[in-house]
Parts: sequence; structure tokens; C-alpha cells
Amino acid sequence: MFYSTTDWVVKKRALSILAIGMFTAWQASSAADIIGAITLQGTPPAEKEITPLMDNPDCAAMYNGKAPTTHFYVVGPNGEFADVVVSLKGVTGKSTGASAPPATLNQKGCLYSPQILAVQTGQNIIVKNSDTCVHNVHCTPAVAGNAEHNDVQMAGGPDLTYTFPQPEMFLRFKCDVHPWMFAWVSVFDSPYFSVSDKDGKFVIKNVPPGKYTIEADHRKLGAQTQDVEVADKDVTVNFTFAVK
Amino acid sequence: MIAKAQIKNDSWLHRFAVLTAVVTFFLLGVGGLVTSNEAGMSVPDWPTSYGYNMFALPIKFWHGGAFFEHTHRLLASCAGFLTTILAVWLWLKDSRKWIKWLGVTAFLLVVAQGVLGGLRVTMHMDSLGIFHGVLAQFFFFLTCTIALFTSRFWIEWSGGEKVSFVTHGLWALVLATTILIFTQLILGATMRHQHAGLAIHDFPLAYGKIWPDTSAEAVTRYNADRVEVIAVNPITAFQIELQMVHRIVALAIFILVAVAAWLSWKRLGGKNPLARLAAFWLALIVSQIALGAWTIWSNKAADVATLHVLVGALSLVTGALWCIIAFGRREGAANIAPAKTISGAFGVSPAMVVNK
Repeated sequence: MFYSTTDWVVKKRALSILAIGMFTAWQASSAADIIGAITLQGTPPAEKEITPLMDNPDCAAMYNGKAPTTHFYVVGPNGEFADVVVSLKGVTGKSTGASAPPATLNQKGCLYSPQILAVQTGQNIIVKNSDTCVHNVHCTPAVAGNAEHNDVQMAGGPDLTYTFPQPEMFLRFKCDVHPWMFAWVSVFDSPYFSVSDKDGKFVIKNVPPGKYTIEADHRKLGAQTQDVEVADKDVTVNFTFAVK
Repeated sequence: MIAKAQIKNDSWLHRFAVLTAVVTFFLLGVGGLVTSNEAGMSVPDWPTSYGYNMFALPIKFWHGGAFFEHTHRLLASCAGFLTTILAVWLWLKDSRKWIKWLGVTAFLLVVAQGVLGGLRVTMHMDSLGIFHGVLAQFFFFLTCTIALFTSRFWIEWSGGEKVSFVTHGLWALVLATTILIFTQLILGATMRHQHAGLAIHDFPLAYGKIWPDTSAEAVTRYNADRVEVIAVNPITAFQIELQMVHRIVALAIFILVAVAAWLSWKRLGGKNPLARLAAFWLALIVSQIALGAWTIWSNKAADVATLHVLVGALSLVTGALWCIIAFGRREGAANIAPAKTISGAFGVSPAMVVNK
């Protein structure tokens, strides 16, 4: 039986894709999650009311006379510490880039939501304006290779999309029209990261077996690290931050 | 000697020069508000504003940071227009060649300043913001000198009988202090364009000490304790040290200006315009120190910080104008022969008469 050259190339490609798929499936089946909780000890500085927001009629209309507060230390009743970025340190070249589902930053009530976000290099970040006023979306990276952008976004205007090719911790998005609006986006060159939720919990999914250094980073309190070994079962790692 | 009739004819030119200087002063204030409110990038495009012709931006967009930035652009256009007219007027009507070129210099500077401001926005360059702020101070000084040189006071002062009464020492003291004030303004502009808010939140101490701890651990702790309402950068050891240098230079300026004012008043008497100007200068510096303290105590309230910028600009101009006015009254100036000299390190000679 004879195959034409074209048939052979097609079959070769199909085999390659099958092999990659099987490898990925095997890797996923042998991968495990790193789960954990972040706790804050001590009393953090008091959050402040964002009073300038209330001077702006467009923004104040959404708050019924009560100014929202800053959210630097989001802490539950038992010290559950939210908005801590957890990642595997030194893991690079594993980003799934633009194929990852887009992350969203929303401007609503003249505040950014969420205020802390984490994405992969090359992953799309969609910025929405859900307000009735104009904003400017100004991202101010500090790492070479990540470009600064400053774009106007009208009320009801189309979404804006940004990507960053280089890893960077706490890359700031801000609005200069309303300078109390800001969010911090951490960019990783892998999918192995998480942001702790309001219960202080985090999950880094599908981590391949191996030895890693896991880092928990809070924008105000800095970073902590622990060594962790992942086999075929989920691993628990907890962090405790302290306010001095 | 310039005829009185000619002085009368030029009085409208002088008024126009004063108007240009006053508008420039207000422009400095609005520019200060832009930086104080962290609004410099609120309108991302230039020379258009949100895609509109700058002069046709709908009023609904004039709010928040965009209000300050857009007002700054419009006032800058106004100042540019006035400066252009002033330069043409000087060129056509003033007989002094050097002042014609001073007008041309002002025109070129205002154009450069406008382009710098625009590039700072479109190129996202904070360092250009520092240069833009400092050049603004220099441009304000230039408009004030043109207002001085076109005034009746200057024409009579420079054309009348020259009595030399300012020693080189005093003149050099005022010049050196003025240069120090200019250096202080550069320091201030650098601090403001760090966009980090207050690097030190207390005064007269700094983090409770005479000299604050600037170790990495301490700076991490300062940042952890800060709860910023607006989007400012974390502070660094460099910024803390910069503010400490700013405080020390402020103290040095206060001492130097106090000495200059005291010497001027003592030797020239209270009726002498230079002595009065020196007293005004000292009052400005005292106000400026109070405003600096208030800036810290108010957690860098935008209006207070901007007043601090404006009084800084007036302090610079006052010292510079003092030097210019006193220049022809120095000991040993051209065509002057001393009849009697009483001179000390910073003294004055009350009876030095022109050879006419």
C-alpha cells in the first residue's frame, strides 16, 4: 500500500497531536493541587474612607451618602487574609498565554474590581467600564518589556484588552480622572498561581510532581516562601502574616 | 536718558507684560494642582483632548482629574498666546535690542514648555514632568523680568542718577541664595514627580526621629503602615532622604534670607526699595516654611501643596529680581566712583556716587 506525501504528513501531524494530548492527560492525571490558607495576625492599620470619591457626583450616586473604604487589608473575623498572591517561584516558560480564558477588571462605582488580580504572560486582560462616566485606563508596569498604556474609556464604551509578555508582581492599573481607583495585576510565566479569597483560601491547580518554592506575596506586607514537594496527592501549605 | 513721553507710551506694554506674568503665575498654580491631584495623565491624548479639539471638549468631560488637566491646557494656550503678542510687541515697539531678544526667548520657551507638557503625556515620561515643572518656574521668572524691564520704575532706576550702595558681598549672598532656592525647587519638583505621596508623614521630626531609619526593613514597615486613598507609588529610602535634604536646604535658605534681609534693612534703611524687597522675601520664606509644614500635617492636601509650589516660585523670582535691580548699584559698578566706602563681608556702602 502506498501513501502520498500529503497523506503521510497529515498522519504524522495527527500522531504528534495524539502523543502531546496523551502526555498532557498523563501529566494532568499525575498532577496535584496545592491548597492552603493565609492568616493575618495582629491588627492592621485602619482602612480610610475614600472621601474624594464622594466629591464626584457621578461616582457618589452609587453609595447613598456613605463613602466606600480602601481595601489594603481584607481580613476575616478569624484572621482569614484575602488578596494574597500565591505562586510557584521560578517556574517559567509554562504560560498558556492567549489560550487561557481572559481575566476581567471591571470599573464599577468608580472603583476597580477586583483590586488584586493574577494572570499569565500573554493572557488577555479585559477592562470594562460599567460606570456612567469616563475613565482612563492607565497601566504603569515597572519591568522592561511590559509596555505602559494610557487609554480613555467612555461610559458604555467598548472593552479594552491588554496583555503583558513579562512576569511582574503588582503591576498597577489606575485611573487618573479618579485617582483613588487602582488595581494591581501580577503576571506569571506559568498557570501555577492563585489569589487568596475572603476566607483566606487558595488553590494552585494541576501542579506537576516535583519540588518547588511556593511564595505568598501581599502588596503591603511583602513576600514569604516555603519549600513544597508535590507528588500525586494534594498538598497543603499555610502561611501566616503578621502586622508589626 | 529716556524721555517721560516715551515711558508713558510704553505703559500699556508694561501692563500687558504684567498680565502675562500674572497669567503665568495662575498657570503655575493650575499645573501644581494637576500634579498635586495626580491628574497629569487623566487626558491620555495631546494636542487633542479625548479625541476632541482641545478648545471644543464638551463640558461633561470636565470633571475629576480631567478638570485640572484640561484647564491647565487651556490656560497654557492662553499664556502662549499672550507671550506671542508680548514678544511681537517688544520687537516692534521697544527700542532696546536686548529686550527684543528677551521677548523672543520667552516665546521660544513657552512653545518648548507646551511641547514638553504634551510629550510628558504622550510618551508617559515622569522625568519630563520634572523638567516641565522646573522650566515653568524659569519661564515665570522670565515674564517677571520683562514686566520689570518695561516698568517706569526700572527705566527711572536704570536711567537716573546711580548711587552705589550694595556691596559685592551682599549681592553675592542674595545671588547664591537665589540659586539655592532654584536648587530647592528642583528638589521639590523631583519629590512631587515621584508620585509617592508623603515620604515622611511627620514634622518637625521624621518618623519620630531627628534622622529617620532608612533601612530596607524600616521602609517596608513604613509602606505597610501607609493607607493611601489615591494611587501613589510605595515610598523608597531615596525619597525619604530626598525629603530630609529638602528640609535641611529650607533651613539654610531661611538663615541666608534672614541675614540678607537684616543687612539690607540695617544698611539701606526701611525706605529703600531693595530693603523692602528683602523684607518681603523673608516674609515669603517664613510663609513657605509654614506651608511646607502644613503640607505634611495635612497629608499633602492638594491645595496646600500647590500653595507651597506657588510661594516657592515667588521666592525664586523675588531673589532674582533683587539681584537684577541691585546689579547696577553694586560697589565698583561701571561709571561709579566711590566717594566713601564702608564695606564689610556683606555690608553696603551708603555714599557711592556716580561719575557723571
